[in-house]
This record gives sequence, C-alpha cells and structure tokens, in this order.
Amino acid sequence: MSTTVSQIDKVKDGPWDGGHSPFKIEYGKLMMWFFLLSDAFTFSTLLISYGALRFSSPSWPAPDLVFQSVPLTSLTHGYPLVFVGIMTFILIMSSVTMVLAVEAGHRNSKKEVVWWMIATVIGGFMFLGCQALEWSHLHHEGFWWGSIPDAEHLKEFFKEGTPVNAEYTQQFANLFFTITGFHGFHVFSGVIINIVITLNVLFGTYERRGSYLMVEKVGLYWHFVDLVWVFVFTFFYLI
Amino acid sequence: MSSHTHDAHAEHGHDDHAGLSRGKIWQVFFILLGITVVEFIIALYMVPKGMFGANIANPMYIILTLAKAFYIVAFFMHLKFEKVALVYSMVVPILFIIGLILVLTNESHYWVSLR
Repeated sequence: MSTTVSQIDKVKDGPWDGGHSPFKIEYGKLMMWFFLLSDAFTFSTLLISYGALRFSSPSWPAPDLVFQSVPLTSLTHGYPLVFVGIMTFILIMSSVTMVLAVEAGHRNSKKEVVWWMIATVIGGFMFLGCQALEWSHLHHEGFWWGSIPDAEHLKEFFKEGTPVNAEYTQQFANLFFTITGFHGFHVFSGVIINIVITLNVLFGTYERRGSYLMVEKVGLYWHFVDLVWVFVFTFFYLI
Repeated sequence: MSSHTHDAHAEHGHDDHAGLSRGKIWQVFFILLGITVVEFIIALYMVPKGMFGANIANPMYIILTLAKAFYIVAFFMHLKFEKVALVYSMVVPILFIIGLILVLTNESHYWVSLR
C-alpha cells in the first residue's frame, strides 16, 4: 500500500500530529496501562478508606496478635509476619519469573517463555493456596464479613492497655476480607490469563505473529498485582 | 495488515525497548528482597526491642514500600524506559490519590472526636 503524499500532508506526520503513536508503544499495551491506572484508583480508594477508618478509631486490633500463626504447622502463637512473609516472597518470585518470560520473549525463545510462564502460574497458585489457608484460619477464629470472635476471645487481639472494642474489630474484619479478597480475585484472574497466554505460546500463536508482545501485556497486569500486594502487606500486616 | 507488522518490528527494533537483561532482573529482585528483609528486621526485632516506637517505624515502612513500588513499576513494568509522555500519563494522575489520602486522613481526625 503506497500512496504519494502531497507536501501539505507531509507536515502532519509528527508524533503529536496524528502520525505514529507519541507513546511509542503498541495500542493494546497502552490500554493495559490505562486499565491498570484505573485499577490503581480502585485499590487506592479501598486502602484509603481502610486508613481513614483505622485512624479515626480510638483502638484497633493489633496485626501482630491477629496474624501470628503459620497454618498447617505447629506454630500457632507468637510468629507474626512469618506466613505473610512466605506469601510476599512467593509473589515477588513469581513477578521475577514473569519478567524473565518477557525477557525470553524478546529473544523469541519459545521454550524458555513456556517454562517461565509455567513457573509464574505455579507461583500464582501457591499464593492463592496460602491465602485460602490464611482466610480459613481467620474464619476458624471467628472472623468473617459481619462476624467476629466472641467477647472472651476478642481481648486476645488487642494489645495490653488498649480498650477492647467489638465495633472496630468488625470494621477490621470487613476491610480485611474485602481488600485481600479483591486482591485475591485479581491474582486468580491473573493466573487464568497467564494460563491462556501460556497455551497460546505453546500452540505457537506468538511465534507465527513474530512478537511476544502479549506476554508483556499480561506481564504488566501480573506486576501490578504484585505491586498492590506490597501495599496491602504494609498497611494490614506491618503498620 | 502490512503496516501492522511493520509497527511490531519497529517496536522491537529500538534499543531502549529491548527490555531488561537477566542480570538486571535478578539485581532488582535482590533489591526488593532486601527491602522486605529490612521491613522484617524493623517489625520483628527493632520495634519489640524498644529501639523506636510506631511513630518512627510506620513512616519507615511507608518509605520502604514506596521504594519497592518504584522498583516494580520502573523496572519490572519497564516504565522508566518508556517515552516521557507515557511516564507522565501514568504518574501525574497519582496526584489525585495523594489528594484523597490528605483529605481523608485530615477528615478522620475529626471523626475521632465525633465518636
């Protein structure tokens, strides 16, 4: 498709004049970025409302006392951050395998892309498994949307000297399950998308297309999920 | 169709779009791991030993978290090497989030006295 262009049209092919993309990235990738920006707003509103409710509460359950066990082991008390530390490591690790898949894609190495994608999917499933254990552990202790442990057990979750309050504990439980649930749902959809992309790589779709750009796009989504977890980890478990 | 494939090739022809090297990827991984380890040392050792209280630990957690966020977005998501126009399209809207944080933390102080 070649056409001769007159001089007056020639002037208008700069990046900001309707010529090639000023962002120098492919359309789908740009849309992924804008989607992630809007998703960042969604997560921000959830985390900021968590912050606002927590700051406005005279007392709040202590994370060190709520999250202090490692499910499936004998470590039931006095081990804060250990289990969530494992979860954080799994997610950072799966982010690394994802970026290694993208790197292999730049070299058009189909075999390596497949292996790194499979590693990423396994990492995603491991994280989801850990989250299921964490949720069921808290559920057994009595936490859920709209329910908290009875008054006798409630004082175990507050630091000595802070007033025990059922109302704020309920807010904590609702926010915890909503925010980690929303994040877990993102991880779950990310795993599904990663599986679809892995199958496409296996079937040679991107090899025929000549570029593994789709791997980069799902990579962006997967890193975003990791990014959100970094914030959830800080605001729920550390502070 | 031909113009599309041409675009895809142009995309990969650029050196600054070549992506991270494997060495750099592992370097960023160890930075992220190191920051997380520092957070754990603060939470499990320094605060329980009474070296400093939550008023110092919490801002440190937030700074370390933002550092981790920078490394994930800049290197893993490759934003640092994209066009400046794209970087600003993504970073500037975050100001709205900062605005909401300022408004609601300020507001929550009033809620305390209402309770």
